[in-house]
Amino acid sequence: MPEDTNRINIDHVAHLARLELTDAEKTKFAAQLKDMLAYVAKLSEVDVTGVEPTAHAVPLTNVLRPDESRPSIDPALVLKNAPESARGLIIMPKIVE
Amino acid sequence: MSLHINTITGLRAKLQRGEISARQLTQAMLDRIQAVDGKLKAYLWLNPDDALAQADTADLTKPLGGIPVAIKDVLNVTGQPCTCASKILHGHTSVYDATVIRQLRNAGAILLGRTNMDEFAMGSSTENSSWGITRNPWDLERIPGGSSGGSAAAVAGHEAIASLGSDTGGSIRQPAALTGCVGLKPTYGLVSRYGLVAFASSLDQIGPFTKTVEDSALMLSVIAGHDSLDSTSVPAPVPDYREKLNAGVKSLRIGLPKEYFIAGMDQEVEAAVRKAIQQLESLGAEVVEISLPHTDYAVAVYYLIATAEASANLARFDGVRYGARVRGADVLETYSKTRGAGFGPEVKRRIILGTYALSAGYYDAYYLKAQKVRTLIRRDFEQAFQKCDAIVAPTSPTPAFKIGERVDDPMQMYLSDIFTISVNLAGNCGLSLPCGFTAQPKLPIGLQLIGKAFDETTLLRVAHAYEQSTPWHKERPAL
Repeated sequence: MPEDTNRINIDHVAHLARLELTDAEKTKFAAQLKDMLAYVAKLSEVDVTGVEPTAHAVPLTNVLRPDESRPSIDPALVLKNAPESARGLIIMPKIVE
Repeated sequence: MSLHINTITGLRAKLQRGEISARQLTQAMLDRIQAVDGKLKAYLWLNPDDALAQADTADLTKPLGGIPVAIKDVLNVTGQPCTCASKILHGHTSVYDATVIRQLRNAGAILLGRTNMDEFAMGSSTENSSWGITRNPWDLERIPGGSSGGSAAAVAGHEAIASLGSDTGGSIRQPAALTGCVGLKPTYGLVSRYGLVAFASSLDQIGPFTKTVEDSALMLSVIAGHDSLDSTSVPAPVPDYREKLNAGVKSLRIGLPKEYFIAGMDQEVEAAVRKAIQQLESLGAEVVEISLPHTDYAVAVYYLIATAEASANLARFDGVRYGARVRGADVLETYSKTRGAGFGPEVKRRIILGTYALSAGYYDAYYLKAQKVRTLIRRDFEQAFQKCDAIVAPTSPTPAFKIGERVDDPMQMYLSDIFTISVNLAGNCGLSLPCGFTAQPKLPIGLQLIGKAFDETTLLRVAHAYEQSTPWHKERPAL
C-alpha cells in the first residue's frame, strides 16, 4: 500500500471525477478518504503472490451477437429527457473555439 | 377483507377461483397505501389509474396474473419516472422497460409504483435518498435498511404483495432482515440487469422481496433466464424453483462459518440465529463447521471494487443526455457543476474513493490488489461448498438502527453489510428470511442462507423447510 495517504490531493481527485466540491466538502471528504484508506490498508496483510485478479464472478468472455441492425428507441422520446435539444440534436456548450 | 395481508400464492387461488377480481385486489392495495404510506413513505411514485387499468386487462392464468408488485426506483419502466432517488435524475422519464419489467408484465403482474432507496443504491438505511427517508414498519423511529428500503418496507408493511430490489453488497438481504420479509439475491448472471441503472456492474443483481419463501421461488421463476441484452447473463435453462420446495433438509449439510460469529454482534441476533441453526438440525440437516478465512477482508475489498466501478458507471451523469444540467462557462465546468449540484454526499464520497483507487499510481495497490483478494474470497466459498450444501449465517449484525444514528459515520454504516458483502464478491446466491424478534422494542431478525452458484433450488428448499416449521413469517407489524 502507498504510504503517502497523508498527502491526498482532493482537488486532483475531484478534477479527475469532474465533480465540483465546496470547501467544506473538500475538508470532509479528504478526512473520510484518509480514514477509508487507512481501513483498506489491512489488505496489505494478504499475500496474493501468484493469485489472478477476479473481474467478475461469471466465467463468460467475449459475448458476441450478430452485427445486425434492429429497431431502436424513438429518438423523439429520448430527446424529451435531454436538458436542451433542438432539431433532433442535444445542445451542449461549445467544445472547441 | 384485508386482501393486502395475503401472499402471492394465496391471492392467485382467490383470483383464479373468481372470489376476487384483479381490480378489487389492486384497489385494496391502493387503499392500504393511502392508509399507511403517509407514515412509512415507502413509495416515491404511484399512478392509481394506470394500476387499475393494468388490473382490468390482467391475464389471471399467468404465474403472477393480477398480483400487484412494487419496483425499486432504479429499474426502468416505460413512461414512469426513474430517479434512483437522486436529484440528478429528477424529472427523468423512462423510455424503455428493463428486462425484468417485461418479464413481470408477461407474467401478468400489476406494476403498482416506485419505491424509495438510497441514492444510486449506495447505502444501508435508505437515508441517502434525495426524496426523504422511509421508515421501518416495526418501529417508525428506525430505518428499514437499505439500499432497497422502500421495496422492503412496502412488502413488510403490506403495501405491496411483492417487490423488486437490487443487491450489490446486501441491499436486498439486509433490508429484508431489518423489516422481517424474505429477500433473495440471485446468483450473478441468473437475472438480466438490462434496464437496471448500474452501480457496480460486477456485483449488482436484481431480486425479489416477498412475504414467504414460496412466493420468492415464484418471483424468481419469472425473472430468471438468459437475456441477450445483458452480456453477463448466463445461458442456462431456468428450473421451476418451487418443484423441490417441500423436499425438506434431511441429508443436507449446512455449513456454519466460524468467522461469522464475531464480537460486537447484537446478542439477541446471535441467539436467534443459533436457535435457527438448532431448528435446522432438528429438521434433519447435518450442521458442519466451515471456514471462510478471508471474511475479514471483504468490506475493504468491496469498498474498493464497488466504488471504483461506481465512479466509472456514474460518469454517464454529466448533464449532457439526460437529467439535470447546471451550465458552466465551458463543457468541463458544465460537467463538474452538474455533478456537484446533482449528487448527494454519499455518492460524492464513493466517487471520490473510487476515482482515487483507480488513479495513476494507486491502481495496482488498491483496485488490482482488491481484485486479487476477491479471488481468495471466491476460493473460500468454493472450498466451503465441498463440505456443505448451503451456508447459514446472520444477515445483519444488528437489528434496525435508529434514524440518524450512523449518518455521520460512513465506516460504521459500511460495516452493517459485513455478512452480506462476500456473497456478492463471490457471485453466489443468498437469501434472508425472518428467524425471530428482539424483545424490546420488537424488531425482526434475519437469517441468511447462502447457496452455491446457480443452486437457488437448494437455497429455497432449506429456507422453506425452516420457514414452515417456525411462526415468524406470520407476524405482522402493528401499523
